[in-house]
Amino acid sequence: MTILEWISQPWHWAVGGLAIALLSVAMTLMGRKFGVSSSFKVLCSWAGAGKKIPYFDINLKDNRWLMTFVAGGVLGAIISVHYLRSPEPVAISQSTIDYLAGLGIAYPESDESGLGFVPTVLFNFANWKGVVFALIGGFFVGFGARYGEGCTSGHAITGLSHLSLPSLITVIGFFIGGLFMTWVVLPYLLPLLL
Amino acid sequence: MKNLAFFLIGIPFGIIMTKSEVISWFRITEMFRFESFHMYGVIGVAVVAGMIAMFVLKGARVKTWSGTEVAYTPMPLSIKRHLLAGSIFGIGWAITGACPGPMWVLLGNGFWIVLIYILGAFLGTWAYGAVTHKMPQ
Repeated sequence: MTILEWISQPWHWAVGGLAIALLSVAMTLMGRKFGVSSSFKVLCSWAGAGKKIPYFDINLKDNRWLMTFVAGGVLGAIISVHYLRSPEPVAISQSTIDYLAGLGIAYPESDESGLGFVPTVLFNFANWKGVVFALIGGFFVGFGARYGEGCTSGHAITGLSHLSLPSLITVIGFFIGGLFMTWVVLPYLLPLLL
Repeated sequence: MKNLAFFLIGIPFGIIMTKSEVISWFRITEMFRFESFHMYGVIGVAVVAGMIAMFVLKGARVKTWSGTEVAYTPMPLSIKRHLLAGSIFGIGWAITGACPGPMWVLLGNGFWIVLIYILGAFLGTWAYGAVTHKMPQ
């Protein structure tokens, strides 16, 4: 087995978690905090939002590190998809597979990408209902992340690593919203969007 | 030069997010349905290892590139705001199965539809900026 094949296998959760912690430590030593959602704020500033809304009137030079970090992340993903691609799709549990099949969302194996990253039967450019839903979902992520001053990386990883109580409560909020959506809304809504 | 370093550390970020499968909508759905330990394992290990590392870095008074010691100032405590903001974010996370980091990483994985998530996040961020004073603090 070559080293590339070895890395290409699906990673154990403990390996993934340790790798994320290392990344967060490296960024701390580099004088920054691991957090990604501010990249959308920078996009708004780039688009000229700062002329009308003081919230976006920020020093863009101070945020260059974040945008180059994000660009590196995109390149890392391109490397993953070309050289480190798993031989099998994401191995989700059988009960999740059965539940989603009941809603009309097939197991990732039949995903045209074969990876199991995105439910392409729902989110694709030919399905306008899926596109609108994706836009709404993204809107909630962007709005919530700024109102909460951070996302999963900033609060769940960085904040909790520093034992921050506001981060803990925000993460509880992530689950209140996510559980509400997953258990109360999506089971009825998803079949209507396919 | 420092920006180049952040670009370089972004590369493992993209690989780690992809290989640990945290960018998968299916994994997020599975997590919110409590049908697998995978996501809890990834986040749990990252948090515990991060806590230990930060504790050690603070104790050893290690200096970062900005010349200061490792420190963290949490945002002011406001339970209502944290829960409300977190819930709004969580709703979006459950819909798209992607938080901000994974959005960029999914794009690199070749899912063009993710441009719609990013457009949504851009508009949501803009909207927050416009109503920031009206939101409960």
